[in-house]
Amino acid sequence: MTIARLIASTALTLGLAGAAIAQEQSIIVQSTTSTANSGLYDYLLPIYTAESGITVNVVAVGTGQAIKNAENCDGDLLLVHAKPSEEKFVEAGFGTTRTDLMYNDFVIVGPEADPAGVKGMDDVEAALTKISEAGALFASRGDDSGTHKKEVALWKDAGIDPTAASGEWYRETGSGMGATLNAGIGMGAYVLTDRATWISFQNKQDYAIEVEGDENLFNQYGVIPVNPEKCPSVKIDAAQDFADWLISDEGQKVIADYKIDGQQLFFPNAPKS
Amino acid sequence: MQSIGEAFHLALSLVLSGEADLYEIVGLSLRVSLSATVLACGIGLPIGALIAVSRFRGRGLVLIVMNALMGLPPVVVGLLVYLYLSRSGPLGFLGLLYTPGAMIFAQTILIVPIVAALSRQLLEDLHAEYAEQFRSLCLTRWQSVATLLWDGRYALLTVGLAGFGRAVAEVGAVIIVGGNIDHLTRVMTTAIALETSKGDLPLALALGIILLVLALGVNAGVQALRMTAARQAHV
Repeated sequence: MTIARLIASTALTLGLAGAAIAQEQSIIVQSTTSTANSGLYDYLLPIYTAESGITVNVVAVGTGQAIKNAENCDGDLLLVHAKPSEEKFVEAGFGTTRTDLMYNDFVIVGPEADPAGVKGMDDVEAALTKISEAGALFASRGDDSGTHKKEVALWKDAGIDPTAASGEWYRETGSGMGATLNAGIGMGAYVLTDRATWISFQNKQDYAIEVEGDENLFNQYGVIPVNPEKCPSVKIDAAQDFADWLISDEGQKVIADYKIDGQQLFFPNAPKS
Repeated sequence: MQSIGEAFHLALSLVLSGEADLYEIVGLSLRVSLSATVLACGIGLPIGALIAVSRFRGRGLVLIVMNALMGLPPVVVGLLVYLYLSRSGPLGFLGLLYTPGAMIFAQTILIVPIVAALSRQLLEDLHAEYAEQFRSLCLTRWQSVATLLWDGRYALLTVGLAGFGRAVAEVGAVIIVGGNIDHLTRVMTTAIALETSKGDLPLALALGIILLVLALGVNAGVQALRMTAARQAHV
């Protein structure tokens, strides 16, 4: 086989790949990682695709990056969890409408040794104060994701500036939830995580949930179709169809049905139409 | 450390189970990285050969830049390609982002400098042997380039393999421009990154083992090809 022929065949494969994608109905969802890592999409998407014939391709990145990508028109639908940023996204004209989809909650996980003595607390501000006073290690996402934004807000409520101790007891990993959990567990640090990721996480070692139940730990997910006026390439019909299905009675039931070890991961709360 | 033994066991049972998902990911890894290698050779080998036979002002600088580009960080390449292929970027109209085509594009850029720089060194040494003969035959520069590439073809296979190795092992570029989309752009390295982030370390390691075996297979295949061809050439 000559190099020229190889190049020609490669170009052909490239072209074919492009054509195949254009043919079938498919949309790209810019999504937060927790919904993907917890396996929700693996459960939910086959059900939707079987009904609608629309293939849903998920790009799972942090909420901050997902919003950036959608602002660059690189997605048809946004599914994230940082309400203020989502509202800004819609106000700026990048999204059509934002709808509440479902919620779960954040928890603080920590090692069995519990160096800051926060086990069993349900007041997150008090727990964070104890962690900072003890100088116990705390691993932060530090990546502008929904979870990171939430964590920053919680520290602010507690009147603590943890970044002053950045690199000492406050460790910003700058990576995803799973990577941060791996790193935090590796160094014996406390980590704020959404419950869904934690339940499905498989490298728990001696870690367990130590702080939970504060209403400030509420975690709301929203869904927003990308605005075709800003991004003409958006497949708005298919994106709207998927969004409508998610917030329909049927979609909401599918979300509620998703369980790992008998535990429900996400609680649907879309407004009744 | 028991997870390493577990990973070997898991890798074996994964391969034997014939799971379609695994073969899909392996197939895409091979398709993307081999395509990128072929394209990069198509671009990089002529560049390397041309520089090998040419003497011009600023050649030293070109060599330094070319050699330095071998260390291009994949994540930077991924970011640049993303900015170009994004719907809001200059090549956005192609609709290539989040397709295998984008991944091939990024890996090609990543390994062209490797192919060009390594082949330049190799062919320059070969040229030193041939230079007098070329002069006596009054070959043009392009004829010299073609002759060098043909005569050095077996040695250049190793250059291609170095490029392939870099492409198939990188995760930084393909995860940005491919998006690690299940059944569309998920390759071995992005699957490993995903399983690691799910905390499923044995599965991540098992996939790593399969990737290594895959690279071993490609290298063995090329080596066999080279030996067969060399034997026939000497008959």
